[in-house]
Parts: sequence; C-alpha cells; structure tokens
Amino acid sequence: MIVAKRKPFAEIVQAAEPFHRVMVVGCGTCVAVCLTGGEKEAGILAAQLDIAAQMAGRDQVFEVACVERQCDREFLDELTEAFDGCDAMLSLACGAGIQYLAERFPRTPVLAGVDTTMIGVNSAVGMWDEKCRACRSCLLTLTGGYCPIVLCPKNQINGPCGGAREGKCETDPERDCVWNLIWQRLEGSGRLEVLKSIQAPRDHSIRNLPLKQVHPAYQRRYSAHD
Amino acid sequence: MNQKYEPKILALLCTYCTYTAADMAGSMRLQYPPNVRVVKLLCTGKVDVAYLLEAFRAGADAVMVSGCEIGDCHFLEGNLRAKERVEHAKSLLDELGLGSGRLEMFHIGASDAPKWAAAVEQMNRRALELGPNPLGRRATGPARPSEELTR
Repeated sequence: MIVAKRKPFAEIVQAAEPFHRVMVVGCGTCVAVCLTGGEKEAGILAAQLDIAAQMAGRDQVFEVACVERQCDREFLDELTEAFDGCDAMLSLACGAGIQYLAERFPRTPVLAGVDTTMIGVNSAVGMWDEKCRACRSCLLTLTGGYCPIVLCPKNQINGPCGGAREGKCETDPERDCVWNLIWQRLEGSGRLEVLKSIQAPRDHSIRNLPLKQVHPAYQRRYSAHD
Repeated sequence: MNQKYEPKILALLCTYCTYTAADMAGSMRLQYPPNVRVVKLLCTGKVDVAYLLEAFRAGADAVMVSGCEIGDCHFLEGNLRAKERVEHAKSLLDELGLGSGRLEMFHIGASDAPKWAAAVEQMNRRALELGPNPLGRRATGPARPSEELTR
C-alpha cells in the first residue's frame, strides 16, 4: 500500500492560517491503514488545529469529512455538498488523492496535510517498510522476491557490487546486502540458475513523463477513432 | 479572574482497578480534591487520542488516565496500549502548544486507594501550577462530521 506521514504541525497551521472554514478531508484507504490520514486521524488533526487556533485567538472552523478513496472520482462526488462554503480543504490523502481532489474542486484551495513516503508493507503494528519504487520494470521473478532497486543503495541489478562484508552492505554495517539475501533465497528454492541471465541497462527516461494506463478490456472505449 | 480557580480534572478509569480503588478511597474516607470527574471504562484500552483531545477542547484543565499495574490488565495489554496512546497524545498537545503536562497516565491497582488519592492530589497541584485551560469553559461540540453538513 501507499504509506504517508503527517506533515509537521507548524507547517499545516501556517498553510491553513489564511482560511476561516477549513475542511480536513481524510481518505479511507491506504493512508487510513497506515494510521496517517483516515477518518480518525482527520478528526484528531481537526481537534488539534481547533485548539491551536483558539489559543492563538484565530477565528477558524475546522470540519471533518472522509471519503473511501480520494483517487476515485465517484467518491469525491460525495464531498460536493459537504464542502459548500468551505474556504479550503486540507487533504490527508497520498499525493495522488490530493491532486485528484484539487482537480475535482478547482476553485477551492487544496492544502496537503501529509507527505507521501513510500509503497510499503505493514511489517509490525505501527511500522512500515518500503518494498517498491514503482519502477515499471519488475525484476522480482529473477531476484527471489527481493527488490534490488529499493534494497540496494547502488540499485545493482546484475549481482553484488563486491563491497559487502559478511553479508552486510558497505554503506551501512547494519544493512543486509540484498544480493546476499537474493542468493540465499534462490539457493534455498533451487533456482540459482536464474542469476545467469544478464539484465539490460534500465531505461530511466520512461519515468520522466506521467504514465497513463488503460486496461486492455477498455482500449476500445478510449481509442481516439472508435 | 475574580473567581477562585478550581481545576476541572477528567479521570478515565479502568473498572477493574483504579475505579475500584477510587470506590475504596470513599469507603476509607480518604480526603482528596473533589474537582475530579470520573468516567468508568471497561478497560483503559478503550482510551483513544481523539477522546483526550476532545476533553481539552471541551475545557478540561487536566486529564488523567488510570489503568491496571503493568502486567495486570484484565484484557492482557489494554493498559499498555493506553500508555502508548497517552504518550502520543502528550506529543500532540506539546506540538499544538497546550503542553503535555495537563495529561498523565497512572497505573493504580484495585486495592491501592491511597495511591489514587495521591494521584488526584498530584494532578490537582499540577493543574493549579499550569493555570486554567486557555480554551476556557466554553461548551464545544466535536468537529462536525460531513453528515451534519449535508443535512
């Protein structure tokens, strides 16, 4: 899932300061699961902002709303009536949700309440580990399920750099060398031969432009001349 | 302020331990500040950061949460969860400027009535030192949910 982290409180206060009625908009999917931007967190942040505003003598009202997903248009439509009269929206969704909210309500200032940090897994209660950089060319079949793009500081895709010592990375003695882990896992599953294939240099230019993806079943619907 | 400041203290107590201790304190005729309002919970594991902030929004001068001694929770780890949440809420109170001193977690067993009386004394003293909650005694509702707005 997408993991995010709430922005520093002072930064949020400063961004919201010019507005009288601010709607704190949570998102009920990824950011709710990572305890950052769901309905409960939206309520907590609104309460914090309200107390801070009252203490500073600022005339501000903070309202709370939460939609299932801010990255889906039909859910954003639920906000149409609720947001009426608000001077700004403070979104706690990931970067995609914040942008889609701003697109849906172009006349309303949309403020970002979180920093999107990673695609990760819930490794323990309240803890997340990064697992994917959305590089668009997945190597996991060949690397025993360990991603060298995330886990190797040099992003090595054709084996270790040679700097590892006793299975630890030369950049940090606490960090496992991912190529050591890859070797061990492939050996354990009897698949070491997959390491003999050589990966071509990666095309980083594909990441310079935003991607649009259409499911094959919907190609007809979106083709220009149909 | 013309009126004498008497702190308004909210106490969220676990029914299995501190609530019983508070009850016993009454039976024992122990004297402690009367300005503490007790809310009985099935377990302090029910305590949420949202409740704690709401108490301060509503004008509480201090909030105390008291659960079982570590290792004694009727539900195994409710008091440990409450401890983590209270610590988190304290950090939120610090960053918004109200200060974490107005909130405290205690662990008081069912038989420890004197410890309860001492804890209330401690929170009352602290609330007197910190002065009134700057939000005052205004009745504030919770942040309005979207359902109300769309009505």
